[in-house]
Amino acid sequence: MRAVIRIAAWLYAIAIYGFTFLPVVVLVLFSLQATSFPIPPFTGPSLRWYQAVLSDTRLTSALVNSLLVAVLSSLASVTLGFLSAWGFARFVLPGSALLRGLITLPLTVSYLIIGMGLLVLFNWAGVPKSLLAAGIGHVVINLPLCFAIIYSQMGDHQINIERAARDLGAAEWKVLLMITVPVMAPAIFAGFFLSMTFSWDEFVISFLLTRFETTLPVEIWNLLRSGLNPKTNAVGSLVFAISIVLVVFFELTLLRRKPA
Amino acid sequence: MSVSGSNSRALPWALVTPALAWTLAFFVLPFIAMGLSGLTAHEGGGLTLANYSQFFTDPSYWRAMVNSLEVTAIVTVISILLAYPFAWILAEQVPERWQRLALMLAVLPFWTSYVVRSYSWLLVLAQNGVINRALTGLGLIAEPLQLANTRFATVTGFVHFFVMLLTLTIFANLKQLSPSYRKAAADLGAGPVRTFLHVVLPLTLPGIMVGAFLTFVLCIGDYITPQILGGNNELVMPQLVMMQIGRRGDFPLASALSIILMAVVTVAYLACARWLKIERA
Repeated sequence: MRAVIRIAAWLYAIAIYGFTFLPVVVLVLFSLQATSFPIPPFTGPSLRWYQAVLSDTRLTSALVNSLLVAVLSSLASVTLGFLSAWGFARFVLPGSALLRGLITLPLTVSYLIIGMGLLVLFNWAGVPKSLLAAGIGHVVINLPLCFAIIYSQMGDHQINIERAARDLGAAEWKVLLMITVPVMAPAIFAGFFLSMTFSWDEFVISFLLTRFETTLPVEIWNLLRSGLNPKTNAVGSLVFAISIVLVVFFELTLLRRKPA
Repeated sequence: MSVSGSNSRALPWALVTPALAWTLAFFVLPFIAMGLSGLTAHEGGGLTLANYSQFFTDPSYWRAMVNSLEVTAIVTVISILLAYPFAWILAEQVPERWQRLALMLAVLPFWTSYVVRSYSWLLVLAQNGVINRALTGLGLIAEPLQLANTRFATVTGFVHFFVMLLTLTIFANLKQLSPSYRKAAADLGAGPVRTFLHVVLPLTLPGIMVGAFLTFVLCIGDYITPQILGGNNELVMPQLVMMQIGRRGDFPLASALSIILMAVVTVAYLACARWLKIERA
């Protein structure tokens, strides 16, 4: 009986891993063939389409735009999220639960609707479509995430450390920078890292709110109009590779530490 | 909680105001703008309920909502059914020190771009894609199957994504269970099946619910997967919304449809609210 369960478990796990990896393997495999269609049979390795991607200035500048929007919007999200989490966790504020609910509310709304709302508002206010507009949208989706992560990690035991610092004469800003931020570092990094990931991969808000200068997912979307295209395979594989390197890096360095 | 000095009242507000102001300016205000826009006429302005009545009277619009709900329900159920045994295997059958690696491997395709991940399924399912080539090559079918641009393709792309997500939430839930529950059940004479059905499964319900809710919200609001894999044969709500903006520039109708979509999600949220509390540790 036990052995049967074990074998069934193994087969099931292999099947799920197979399903999970099938499209990714196909994507990477056919990015490596020189023919103009990424379809079987596989005709041998070539880096032709990678060269095509790297010499395409639309794609490379979109990549830079994406990184810029991701880093800046995540910094804004984590800063606003951290300050508000600290405020709500350390002080008794009237209507606290309601206000916290308000900050986390965007988590329950589709990106499409957040993007639509900003599109209508900016359209009325005469704000032109731009990377900045998309970045504002990315802070809307990531601020509640950063707030929720950091707020949930602000345990009462950390209050005592802060209190001790105050009793020893530290000014409030000193307590913040030298005690709270270092103590909360794992949660802050987790919030920042997740925001980076979501912003980097976000499509619909950028699609609605940018025009000429745009982000990588939107530029990849434009490539899709040409149907199955080995260039899309190549740029997809590159994005995958970059993400894997980042994940492994974060896994090995920052996220390994357990929150205190 | 005594902070000395006159800034003791001002400081907390200074901390929370920027986040609140951001949320008001770029989330609440756009939402109000969208609400107003949905009540104006596309031609000439002026208050009207025409955008909403169009949704409720035009069967093709209704159809999009029905399609959305059907696809979301199918995806949620299939994803839970596939993810639960997998999460259980990872938590129970895989040795402790390999679990982290096994989980990381399982969610690896998460890290491709979302757009690219849907496109990769197109490579697999297209007329001349991997599956059709393999099946014709083996002589199992004479003509390629129509797999892409169908509901099947949309569901496959979604399930691929949400199995990973649900595996994470259910796995986390399973790992939190103290082994003493199972020991107690065994001591009281329950077999493995009974222990699972009456102890483990009820205790992992919160993980399932959180995952199911996330699946519902993300799935019903997603434009990318249905557009790339489902094509235009059978529209879902997000496609209908985007179509109003793209082809006709009809912001009022797009706004009204967005509000309707959001109302549906809100109902689901209220139904699941008690499972989804964010609490401080």
